[in-house]
Amino acid sequence: MPLRDTAPKLSPEQYEKNFAEIAPAMNQRQAVTEAARCLYCFDAPCTIACPTHIDVPGFIKKISTGNLRGSAREILSANILGHSCGRVCPTEVLCEGACVMHEKGEQPIEIGRLQRYAVDYVLEEKIQLFHPGAPNGRRVACIGSGPASLACAAELAKFGYDVTVFDRNELPGGLNTYGIAAYKSRAADSVREADLVKQLGVKFRQKAEVGRDISFADLERQFDAVFIGVGLGETWALNLPGENLHGVYGAIEFIERTKVQPFHQVEVGRRVACIGAGNTAIDVVTAARRLGAEAVYLIYRRGEPEMPAFAYEYELAKRDGVSFLWQTQPVRVLGQNGAVTALECVRTQLGLPDAKGRRNPAPVPGTEFKLEVDMVVRAVGQKPTTDFLKALKGVEINSDGTVKINDRHQTGHPQFFAGGDCTNGGKEVVDAVAEGMAAAKGLDAWLGSPRAVGR
Amino acid sequence: MTDLSVKFAGITSPNPFWLASGPPTNTGGQVMRAFDAGWGGAVWKTIGEPIVNTSSRYGAIDFNGVKVMGFNNIELISDRPSEVNFREIYEVKKRYPKNLVIASLMVESKRESWHQMVRRAEDAGSDALELNFGCPHGMSERGMGAAVGQVPDYTEMITGWVKEVARIPVIVKLTPNVTSVTHIAKAAERGGADAVSLINTINSLMGVDLESFSPRPSVGGKSSHGGYCGPAVKPIALHLLSSVAKNSKLPISGIGGIGYWNDAAEHISLGASTVQVCTAAMHYGFRIVEDMIDGLSQYMDDHGFRTIEDFRGRAVPNVMDWGDLDLNYKIVAKIDSDLCIGCQLCYVACEDGAHQCIEPYRDSAKKNENGFGVHVPRIIEDECVGCNLCALVCPVENCITMKQVDAGETPMSWNDRVRQSSATLSLPFPSGD
Repeated sequence: MPLRDTAPKLSPEQYEKNFAEIAPAMNQRQAVTEAARCLYCFDAPCTIACPTHIDVPGFIKKISTGNLRGSAREILSANILGHSCGRVCPTEVLCEGACVMHEKGEQPIEIGRLQRYAVDYVLEEKIQLFHPGAPNGRRVACIGSGPASLACAAELAKFGYDVTVFDRNELPGGLNTYGIAAYKSRAADSVREADLVKQLGVKFRQKAEVGRDISFADLERQFDAVFIGVGLGETWALNLPGENLHGVYGAIEFIERTKVQPFHQVEVGRRVACIGAGNTAIDVVTAARRLGAEAVYLIYRRGEPEMPAFAYEYELAKRDGVSFLWQTQPVRVLGQNGAVTALECVRTQLGLPDAKGRRNPAPVPGTEFKLEVDMVVRAVGQKPTTDFLKALKGVEINSDGTVKINDRHQTGHPQFFAGGDCTNGGKEVVDAVAEGMAAAKGLDAWLGSPRAVGR
Repeated sequence: MTDLSVKFAGITSPNPFWLASGPPTNTGGQVMRAFDAGWGGAVWKTIGEPIVNTSSRYGAIDFNGVKVMGFNNIELISDRPSEVNFREIYEVKKRYPKNLVIASLMVESKRESWHQMVRRAEDAGSDALELNFGCPHGMSERGMGAAVGQVPDYTEMITGWVKEVARIPVIVKLTPNVTSVTHIAKAAERGGADAVSLINTINSLMGVDLESFSPRPSVGGKSSHGGYCGPAVKPIALHLLSSVAKNSKLPISGIGGIGYWNDAAEHISLGASTVQVCTAAMHYGFRIVEDMIDGLSQYMDDHGFRTIEDFRGRAVPNVMDWGDLDLNYKIVAKIDSDLCIGCQLCYVACEDGAHQCIEPYRDSAKKNENGFGVHVPRIIEDECVGCNLCALVCPVENCITMKQVDAGETPMSWNDRVRQSSATLSLPFPSGD
C-alpha cells in the first residue's frame, strides 16, 4: 500500500551527495598536522572521558610519528569497535568535550577523525593486529551481535575462549549496522568491523534467533557461559488513535530501511512529522530531508531548552531545513483510505520543574491544529525486549525493563552475563563496548580465568 | 623617529638588514629585487673559481608540523664566472648606490690570487669585502673556506694579504666549527680585518632516509656533511657572537637564525651592528624584511632608542661566567589556575624530568565549558628549585611564571664562595667564552 504522497525521487548522485559522510576521512597531511596539535597531556582528560579509556594522547602521538599500526593497536585494544566509535561517538560530549584545548581557546583536537584515520589504515591494509588466545577449552555464546556482544566476544577470544555469536539479523553489527544515520556510517563499515572480531576466531551464526533456532536449554548445556547483548527492541508506541494507519513508522525501523535499501527505494512521505526530540529523532528528520521530503516537522512536547538531543545534532537538523514545533503534542493520526493524511496536535504549557528538574507539559485546550503530513515517525525511545528476557529463566529484570546485573555484569542466572543497551537502558556505542568488555572480564573471572598452559 | 641607518667599519648601510652570502644573492636580479623590498645590503654569493654543484643540495628539519626549523646545504660558492658576477655587481651599484653590495670572496690560498680578486671586486664597485673563511663543505677539502678559518695563522695570513691591497673595508666571516671562535677573531684582527661576521654554517648531516638508508640531502642515495643554519642555530650564533663581542673591538655583522626583527634585535643587543639573513629569505622570500624594518623601528620607538647604537651591545655585560652568577638569587614557579588548561605537562616534566616539585591535580573544582574537570596541578614551593622547566613546557603563555622570592641573603657567587673559603680546594671556574 502506498503513502498518500511521497517525496519526489532524486538522482542517484543527489542521494549519494545527501548521504555523504558528514565527517570525511582525513588525508595523511591533515592527520599529521592535527596530531601535532595534541599536547600529549598527562593523565589526559580525553582518556578519562572515554568510556573505554582509549589512550588518546598515546594513539595520536603514534599518528604524528607515522606509526599507524601501533596507533590502531592502541585504539582497538581498548575498544575493538574503535572504527565505529571514531565515526559515531558523540565526541563533543566525550573525549573532545574534555580536551584541554577548550580552555586554551582553541578548537579541540579532532580525536574522532584521528581515531578513524588510524583504524581505517589497518582495515584497508587488512592488517591483523590481534590473535586469538591459546584455546582454554571453554565455550561462550553471545546473544546479539551489536557493539556489546562484539566487544565481549573479542575480549573472550583473546583470552582463549571458543566464542559463538548468535544473531537474528542477516548482517552482524546490531544497531551499529542497522540503526545509525547513513551519513555517519554505512552498514558495510560496521560489517567490516565485525570482521576484526571474526579474525579472532569468533564464530558468527547470523539469522539464528535464540529461542527459535537454538533453545535456551541448549545454550545452557553447550556453553560454559552466555553473554546477553540483545540491546533494545521496537520503538515505543504512542497509543494514539490512528496509529495503525499506513505511513506511521517506528524510528528504528525507518532508519533501518535507509541502511539496507537503496536510497531511491526507501519510502518517504512528501511531508513528514517526527515525534520526539532525542538523537534518534534527529537521525529520522535529517534522513527524511536527505531522502527528498519537502517538509519535515519535529514535534516535541517540551521546549527547545529541554530537548534531549545533543546540541550539534540539533544544529545538523537545523541546517537540513527541518521545522521544529516546540511545546506541541500529537493527539491523533488522521487518514484516508488507510493512509496517513495529517497529524492532529495540541499546544502544551510547561509546568513547574518536577523532582528530576523536568518541566512537565500539559495540553492547552482549544489549541488543537492539524498538520498535513503523509508520514509520521515515532521517535520516543525503544522498548526493552521484555518478552525475550522473561523467557530466560533466572534472569531478573528491573522495573524499567533492563536486565539486572551485579558488578561483574552477571545476571540473576549465574551462567548468564549481560551488558549494553539491555542493561543500561540505551546509551552510546562506546558505552556498550565498555560494558561488553567489562562483562567479558567478569565472566572470565567467574569461570576462574582459565588459560591454556604450555604455550 | 628612529634612525635605522648603521655605520659599519666606515661604510653606511640604510638599515642593519643584509642578505647573507648564499643562494638569495646569487644574481644581480635577485639582489635588485631584494633592495626594492627594503634590504639595506647584500653580501654577494661567494665569488671564486666557478664550481659544479650537486643535485640535490638542501636539507631541512621540520618540527611538529612546522617546516624548516633547521636547514642545511651542500651547495658550493657561485657556479658562475667571476666576470659575470662582477659585471652584475657593477650594474646593481649603478642603480642602487645607497644600498651596500659586499663581495664575498674565496680563492685558492695564494697571495697573488687574492690580490687579483680583491682588485677586481673593488673595480666592480663593491662597498666592502667579506672573506669566506667559513664554508664547511666542498671548498674546505680544497684548502679554502673553513680550512682557512679553522687555523688562526692562516686566517691572519690571508687577511693580511687582502689588506695589502684592499681600499674598502674587509670583513672576515668566521666559522663556528672551531673550539674557540675568539681565537680566530683575534687572528683576523691581527691580520688587519676591519670587521668580522659570524656565524657561518655549522657542520651537519640532516638525517637518514630509513627505507633507503640514504643520508640527507641525498645525491643519488649518498650525501655529505653540509652547513646547518635556520631558526635552530640562533642560540649557537648568539653565544659565539657574545664571546667575540666581549673579546674584540671589531665591528660585527651577526648571522645565524635571524628570521624576525626580534632575532635581529637580540643579535644587536649582543654586539652586532648589522645582521645577515639567508634561510628565512629562502623560505619566505625577500618581503620578510618589511616586518623586520617595521618591527625593529617600533621596538626602538617603544624603548626610546633613536639609533641602533643606543642599544647595541647592551646585553653583552650581562653575559657572564657561570662562577660569577648569584647563587642566592631564588625564584619559584607559580601556576595561574585561571589560565591553566589542565594538560599537566608541567607536572610530568617536573616529576620525570626535573626535581619532583609539582603535585598532580587533586580535585576538579575548575570545569571547562562542557563541564569536564580541568586538572590544575600544584607547585610545592618549598621544594621548587626554580629551574624553569615547567614554565618552558607550559603551552599557555603567562600561565606559569617564575617569581622571585627574597631568601634574605646577600648575593653570593661561586667564585665569591671560593674566595671566602680558604678551606675549600675548589678552584674558581676558569673564565672562557
